[in-house]
Amino acid sequence: MSTYASSRETTEGTVYSVTGGDWESVSQEIGSAKEERVVLNMGPQHPSTHGVLRLMLELEGETITELRCGIGYLHTGIEKNMEYRSWTQGVTFVTRMDYLSPLFNETVYCLGVEKLLGITEDLPERATVIRVLMMELNRISSHMVALGTGALELGAMAPMFFTFREREKVLEIFEQVTGLRMNMAYIRPGGVAQDLPEAMTGQIRTLVKDLRKNFKDNATLLVGNSIWMKRTKDIGYLDLAGCITLGVTGPVLRATGMPWDLRKTEPYCGYENYDFDVITADTSDVYGRFLIRMQELEQSLRIIEQCCDKLDKSEGAPVMVADKKIAWPAQLSIGSDGVGNSLDHIRQIMGTSMESLIHHFKLVTEGFRVPAGQVYTAVESPRGELGAHIVSDGGTRPYRVHFRAPSFSNLQSTSAMCEGSLIADVVGAVASIDPVMGDVDR
Amino acid sequence: MSEDTGLFGAEGTGDTSGYGGLVRAKANLGSSERPFGSYFDEIADEIEKAFPEFNEAIEKIVVDRGELTLHIKSEKLVEVAKILRDRETLRFEVCLGLNGVHYPEDTGRELHAVYALLSMTHNRRLRIEVSVPESDPKIPSLVEVWAGTNWHEREAYDMFGIIFVGHPALTRILMPDDWPGHPQRKDYPLGGIPVEYIGATIPAPDNRRSYR
Repeated sequence: MSTYASSRETTEGTVYSVTGGDWESVSQEIGSAKEERVVLNMGPQHPSTHGVLRLMLELEGETITELRCGIGYLHTGIEKNMEYRSWTQGVTFVTRMDYLSPLFNETVYCLGVEKLLGITEDLPERATVIRVLMMELNRISSHMVALGTGALELGAMAPMFFTFREREKVLEIFEQVTGLRMNMAYIRPGGVAQDLPEAMTGQIRTLVKDLRKNFKDNATLLVGNSIWMKRTKDIGYLDLAGCITLGVTGPVLRATGMPWDLRKTEPYCGYENYDFDVITADTSDVYGRFLIRMQELEQSLRIIEQCCDKLDKSEGAPVMVADKKIAWPAQLSIGSDGVGNSLDHIRQIMGTSMESLIHHFKLVTEGFRVPAGQVYTAVESPRGELGAHIVSDGGTRPYRVHFRAPSFSNLQSTSAMCEGSLIADVVGAVASIDPVMGDVDR
Repeated sequence: MSEDTGLFGAEGTGDTSGYGGLVRAKANLGSSERPFGSYFDEIADEIEKAFPEFNEAIEKIVVDRGELTLHIKSEKLVEVAKILRDRETLRFEVCLGLNGVHYPEDTGRELHAVYALLSMTHNRRLRIEVSVPESDPKIPSLVEVWAGTNWHEREAYDMFGIIFVGHPALTRILMPDDWPGHPQRKDYPLGGIPVEYIGATIPAPDNRRSYR
């Protein structure tokens, strides 16, 4: 009967395998059946699943009766690999987990290593302020992707062009500060890799002005747009009780009205010294989550401005702990071929001090020892609580590092958000969680 | 208490660095003594109220670097978890997740599952640790207490082979379904390949001369 779709009898009835191009013959055949249950595989290569995410949908008509996520397509064994490298090299790995917010990965890992070392209090003020500045810039670039691709997946093309334009401006700042746009391994145990280049705060202030104006324009593209509103309002509903039992954090949790933000509840990196608000919504739906992200942009800008003020006052102060047994020996500088050891430092270790050379060699090849024990540190990443559980056995390499990835925990709630709704709403629900598959699979 | 000798991990060869004779003692954290400080005593009191005999449910309490760890016996885990979640003075309503740690030298309790709990009501954190032998790695599942542990337990099973009894569908989550072994165990090789340069080859990361 059917030309393309093969069918076979199972204990659950006739099962048709559809591969595309054969919908007509299938619908003809199914039309006569009593029961109409379709299992649809969405992804892992699909433009609307926000990365290599596979969704297995069980449908009755267009209504989802069961949804299951298939993950692991981007599993890279970062946690295992880190057990074979020094503590400092670990930064290079963690930055690649959540590739849209690398600076948060680096910060949470370094905060953990510093806590194990017991040097949290010794960190120079300037290094901490630079970390906050970079994280908040990163929050903006990450939210820009969430908003842009979120709208794109719902069929709105234009917002993505504008959000990616803003993101690009932030990435240019990253490139000037760290040498790289993404995966910069800039934040290191004990501080940051290098100080800001000259006149950077002025540039950032100009950027803040620019972004503030553009954010307003961007928001008007979506908020109030009747199609976008219909695709987001009352979609992907998950209330506070659901969030709590599933361990969901970040904008999804705040969209239920819960003002939970680690920057306020459990301040790290001196966030208690900054003036900003925790944004909440009370809709518990996709719309509320996007609205929170839009308004958080302004809060990040406020923090960035305060960082710039602090940085102007601490010009020239150290950005790495004073303890030479931990601080990376080289002073880096940007040369014609990118970031590298500064010539002054090379001249000193090669020409004047044998001990400096030995010390440099030992610290770079062997690394430092971290006292045995375990810690858990957490930061508020753009997606929620990003935690690092770090175990040391007293050696020069981590014994075990595990990341409590917000994308991983939040993605679990997809089933709760989508079962009982229409297929089209899955796309909006997943986009509102904003999972980064690199973070989910690690 | 275990000991490490040497700096380069070289054995039986002449270590010319002069550090070959160094002996480092590894720290072995025992049970902490009261008072624990902070809100830790309050948590310990509550659990003691529920389990009057200290070692009925708790193996040891460790306070280190401002963090509280309760080592719980696996057979009492679900009971303790429900107390931690429901008692008004505790209210650890969120389980942020769990992960395994493999200690091959800790004979009889090689596999540890470490849970991170959060109380939003009181803004407190707590760590639970459960250890089981590699030969019988069974820990009761906490999915009925915190639904969010579902995927985390699957990950710990996938990576360490810890079996969570009572889990609704304990299958692999990150590795392919037919993958042999549990990659995060210490005896599982990293599986790196040597890096080739013109005129030189650098061994894979797990085969390089290591600093211990």
